[in-house]
Amino acid sequence: MLCRASLQTARARRIAGRLATVLPTNPAGSQSLTKRRQFYYIQVILAAKIGYFCRFRARARSIADRPYVAFTRGGQVAARCRATVESLNSPLLFFVIEFLEITGRNRPQQRGRTVETGNGDSIVIRMGGESGEGIVTIGEIFVLVAARAGLEVFTFRTYPAEIMGGHVVYQARVGRNKVLSDGDDIDALVALNQEGYDQHIHELRPGGTLIYDSGELQPPDDGHVHYPVPVTEIAQQMQFMRGKNLVMVGSLLALFGLPLVKGNEVVEAKLGKYPALLPTNLDSLARGYQYVQEHYGERLPTTVGLPEGEREERLVISGNQAAAIGALAAGCRFYAGYPITPATTLMEFMAQQLPALGGKMIQTEDEIAAISMAIGASYAGAKAMTATSGPGFALMIEALGHASMTEVPLVIVDVQRAGPSTGMPTKTAQADLFMALYAGNDEAPRFVLAPDSVEDCFHQMVNAFNLAEKYQMPVVVLSDQALSARVETIPAIDLGAIRLTERLKPEPVEDGSYRRYLITESGISPMAIPGMPGMFYTAEGLEHSEKGSPNYTPETHRSMTEKRHRKVDTARQEIQRLPVSDRWGDSEAEIGIMGWGSSKGAVREAMARVSANNIRVEAFYTRSLLPMPDGLIRAFLQGKRAIIVPELNYRGMFANVIEHRYGREIVKNGIRIVHLPKYDGLPFRPVDICRVVHQVARELAGRVLKVWTPGC
Amino acid sequence: MITTEQKLTIKDLKSAVKPIWCPGCGDYGVLNAVMKTIIGLQLDPSHVAMVSGIGCSGRFPAFVNAYGFHGVHGRALPFASGVKLANPDLTVFVLGGDGDAFSIGAGHLPHAARRNIDLTYIVMDNSIYGLTKGQPSATSPADVLQQSTVKYKGRRKGMTGMLNLAQTVSPVNPIAMALAYEASFVARGFSGAPKELHEILKTAVLHRGFSLVQVISPCTTFYDTYNYWRQLAQPLPADHDCTDRAAAFRLALELDKAYLGIFYQVERPSFEDQVAKLIAQPTDSFAPTAVASLLNRFRR
Repeated sequence: MLCRASLQTARARRIAGRLATVLPTNPAGSQSLTKRRQFYYIQVILAAKIGYFCRFRARARSIADRPYVAFTRGGQVAARCRATVESLNSPLLFFVIEFLEITGRNRPQQRGRTVETGNGDSIVIRMGGESGEGIVTIGEIFVLVAARAGLEVFTFRTYPAEIMGGHVVYQARVGRNKVLSDGDDIDALVALNQEGYDQHIHELRPGGTLIYDSGELQPPDDGHVHYPVPVTEIAQQMQFMRGKNLVMVGSLLALFGLPLVKGNEVVEAKLGKYPALLPTNLDSLARGYQYVQEHYGERLPTTVGLPEGEREERLVISGNQAAAIGALAAGCRFYAGYPITPATTLMEFMAQQLPALGGKMIQTEDEIAAISMAIGASYAGAKAMTATSGPGFALMIEALGHASMTEVPLVIVDVQRAGPSTGMPTKTAQADLFMALYAGNDEAPRFVLAPDSVEDCFHQMVNAFNLAEKYQMPVVVLSDQALSARVETIPAIDLGAIRLTERLKPEPVEDGSYRRYLITESGISPMAIPGMPGMFYTAEGLEHSEKGSPNYTPETHRSMTEKRHRKVDTARQEIQRLPVSDRWGDSEAEIGIMGWGSSKGAVREAMARVSANNIRVEAFYTRSLLPMPDGLIRAFLQGKRAIIVPELNYRGMFANVIEHRYGREIVKNGIRIVHLPKYDGLPFRPVDICRVVHQVARELAGRVLKVWTPGC
Repeated sequence: MITTEQKLTIKDLKSAVKPIWCPGCGDYGVLNAVMKTIIGLQLDPSHVAMVSGIGCSGRFPAFVNAYGFHGVHGRALPFASGVKLANPDLTVFVLGGDGDAFSIGAGHLPHAARRNIDLTYIVMDNSIYGLTKGQPSATSPADVLQQSTVKYKGRRKGMTGMLNLAQTVSPVNPIAMALAYEASFVARGFSGAPKELHEILKTAVLHRGFSLVQVISPCTTFYDTYNYWRQLAQPLPADHDCTDRAAAFRLALELDKAYLGIFYQVERPSFEDQVAKLIAQPTDSFAPTAVASLLNRFRR
């Protein structure tokens, strides 16, 4: 039902030519419009004087009675108008709209709540430049110094696709309290050259800090606070051009209030093997530090300050490192893998560390060989794993099914990257969920776990091996590029609290009565290891009898299918008791957030912010995606009216899983599932979550027409 | 290699599962030769693993009273490599067909060969896909339709069509391939010559490293080439020096003869022996001290 609008005021007339449509819409459908006259929705698309098309939405209750209608945008009043309905009974509705006021873009309004943004009591420093210039070195040293000085750190890095050249970004967020995400804004930008400036300056927040090599670039006055440091010049004076990076690090330490002595410690540790190089390097650091103190001592940027008192023990570690150590702690002694970004660092770590533990690492000819060797090794008694990324995982699917069929324990880490196909190897995504849950011919039971922080990478690997060994099944661990590459300060890990599960061994019998695939109540059968006297069996990929011989009878296939799936059901009971999920926030909130994996940090941060603004919200994160802790999730869904599901994929895979699995509760309670997809290769920022929470809160409070849910 | 004190017999080694192969299938000869090899070397069956791929040959492990692993198509070598690396005490036989070894799994062959993991890879080569009823394989000769005593005409049209098309491509030369990949042991046997086959297998198992044994094992149902191979088969020249790779190549390229015997054998350290030198004593699966010291490196 299209309507015509006429514009009254002179100002409104000026924009009349560009007025696109005035549409009355009704969520209940237009046919019921006349029945619900007291309840109109108006959507106006107009080209306002502010020079761009914007979409205003307003909801008017009884327009005739209350002629002033506010059009809101992003929670702020963007325009007010007077609207009258000319004829309610006519098949065509005529709205007369008179614009009283149009407020500009970004103009803050007193009315309505604003979405919380910013980095709280932490700062975000970005360094960008050509690969090979030392950006990563500067970042890494800075982060280590910050951590040593007692700060919490959280980094984000993207690599170029090229080996030499290509743009590389290293970003560090530091704070006195636990840092949970990348933050929203860039507070400080470090530019070593013009390109580093050009690429990132638009992301530096207004009034942010710009630190640059004054020998390389002369940026214009752009509203930021400038701190030029003649890095090249200082290095030239020292006749030590390779010291440029450390001069910059020294300047950064001074600018952000970090002690030089900690910087010296880090450099000493890094150069431990080359004491001859130490004096010049330490000198570079000191000169950068001194320059800033002498020139900007009076006007240093505001920074987080240092914590006082006893500092707790912290590890400065990346997601892949934590996962690899978790695997070793869980008893992994065999690793087979094929290089693939961003899983390669895990393999390299294993290659370095496994031999010392008597374990074996092999670089295979492809991913199919990698998973096959891991399965073979596990069959022969080793705790075995492989790690890969999406394209490699796709190649592994047939063998994954085989491990499920032959009931061989196996751990597969999929460090997700943006796809499909080769996609963006160095960018993050959470889009392999369906592949992890469902891929393979027929139904191959498996477990799927997803760590949600760097620390959790360690714990989920232990969990994964325990589940794999106990249930003799493949376990897929879904990490992602951002989680795998970022460095975080995490609390010390208590190895004493770790409990390992070993696979069920059979009682020795040599009379040939051993049945490898014995049907049991739990579905778990004792597993013999080659070398045990007389317990012969064949790990059989064909459907098989209890003894492991090929057998295609309907009864066998039925009972064996049930046996294999029963293991998941048994695990489902266990998973309720394991610490695989977190529920936090306001337990009486109507708005819930459910998610998985590395988006958790941003959600935690966003929730703290919106809660401070009196929006009630509660979250549930599960690290076990198959099986899911059903009982806990059903309890969480009680009393919720909307569930926001943030995910780094287009379709909203986890949202689909929730809708499908808990459909009854969702329909019964009238819960709205709000997909929050993000598919730009970058992780969530807290503000992304805040924004949607606000939208949903407004919707539930009945103030806004509709929540935009793209891409579903 | 772990041997047994007990006197093993064929009866001990035969499992309760009866082979499903067609009467006259070459694979029976291979099965017998493998069992005889185990008996001859007095291998402890509890320390023998039989790893197979898919196809008629893939059923092999089920018929032997030893540890078996029936994998997916083409991946027998990686599965077996994992088994051997995780437990080097096992004697690992890898059983495959020409589809497994030279088509779907051909990419694994060079890597198994260059790693030189101590595996005995027995490829039962019938130059046809038997289990799927007679499609040509990578080793089907160019004159594929002429070589079989099986009359194709009037049997299955699809199959004849496939075989017709097969004449447009050249077959692979498994022995030359393995030599090019620097397999440290390359031999050819024939299920129609069981005594020689047994001898070859014995040497192959004793060889410390990767051994590839191509066993001509005709399919009596879809591609009966017994007569063809019997005409071509002959022992390798008595003066053949099996450490001479170039000579082995020359013999492998003589396509009008099918030499039986060990083409090439050279001692090269096996992968697992070299790895053993690089790694420490195996630790328990729970090694908190080692893990703690690893974590310590990341303390701020």
